[in-house]
Amino acid sequence: MTSGLWELVLRGMWTTVRLLVFSAALGAVVAFAVGIARTHRRWPVRFLAGCYTEVFRGTSALVMIFWVFFVLPPAFGWQLVPMWAGTLALGLTYGAYGAEIVRGALGAVDPAQKEGGIALGFTPGQRLRRILLPQAVPEMIPPFSNLLVELLKGTALVSVMGMGDLAFSGNLVRLALQESAEIYTYVLLVYFVIAFLLTRLMRGLEHRLKAGLR
Amino acid sequence: MNWDWTAVRDFMPQFRDGLLVTLRALALGSLISFTLGLLWALLMRTPTRWVRWPVGIVTEFVRDTPLLVQLFFLFYVLPEWGLTLSAMTTGVVAIGLHYSTYTMQVYRAGIDAVPAGQWEAATALNLPRGRTWRAVILPQALRRVVPALGNYVIAMLKDTPMLMAITVLEMLGRARLFSQQHFRFTEPLTVIGVAFIVISALASLLLRTLERRLVR
Repeated sequence: MTSGLWELVLRGMWTTVRLLVFSAALGAVVAFAVGIARTHRRWPVRFLAGCYTEVFRGTSALVMIFWVFFVLPPAFGWQLVPMWAGTLALGLTYGAYGAEIVRGALGAVDPAQKEGGIALGFTPGQRLRRILLPQAVPEMIPPFSNLLVELLKGTALVSVMGMGDLAFSGNLVRLALQESAEIYTYVLLVYFVIAFLLTRLMRGLEHRLKAGLR
Repeated sequence: MNWDWTAVRDFMPQFRDGLLVTLRALALGSLISFTLGLLWALLMRTPTRWVRWPVGIVTEFVRDTPLLVQLFFLFYVLPEWGLTLSAMTTGVVAIGLHYSTYTMQVYRAGIDAVPAGQWEAATALNLPRGRTWRAVILPQALRRVVPALGNYVIAMLKDTPMLMAITVLEMLGRARLFSQQHFRFTEPLTVIGVAFIVISALASLLLRTLERRLVR
């Protein structure tokens, strides 16, 4: 492989990493907002949040990406830059999976903790911030770590829309060299290394959060 | 937003073809992932690490890399090695292989959940190893894993649109073709989006009833 082609792969890596960071950020916001809404006191809020997770978990991420790229622009007059369209589709989809993790972890906190908060006169917001979340968040880290690897794998889907991510650069190199085994092996290895680093990072985060609780 | 019902009606014949391809890929992919997953799970229990380590590393690698790139790999590299398969076969093999690395964990958990007393009883009765597995351990383990396997079938359903990238005309491929021919994107994409939601909702309903029957 020539240095020009390597540069192409490097640029693809950079796009993949940026897309991963942006959609993970959006996904985290969605996951906490929807996950907390599912434990709300009023049923309409719970119902709407439940609808959101059912719809976005029910459909396929790739179909969602197509939808954001092709249906959103004529329907609402928005023309999103590919990076933001990809971020939106991935963040909303994987955020719905994350919402289930948040809901599960909040539900797993001992009910006595919540009752203690009520007895001490905490407002619902204070209970959430001071009592429930500090205990629930460390429990969310291992499933979030798995979801992050799933999201990394999901970022490859934007290459179908012609976005120049790592998988797309692999296709370009294949076309340039008329040879596929080598480049696809490299691309798979790069994804594997990123996934490995992500799991390490999350494990470190888990240790720190759990140490903070004690 | 302009919605055209005639476009929906025109799309229906192609939608049905796509749906059949999707369901066929799903059925075959599930079959492969169930068999290979069990094979990996059993290999991970062999006493020698010369089997366990390679299997562990390979399955970890397959699990942590994108299915889409694996599809490209199989679709473009296998012909270079002199093995030419149809796009559909390649896709089914790739999906089955990818998900077998998930189902193996399900099987492992199911086998681990069989009480130790069952193993001891098999030893006490002097059952040979093969018979212990076939007659004692697996029947109990498989019962427990059905719900978890079903969840992966639903996940697999949502990954079948990727086959479009290697020219298989499943639901999304049909929708894209229709959009390009008629220059209408909204209707076909929305139809298949709703179809995915409906199918996965029905599947999880079915799964919940199955779960109540099996796990008592």
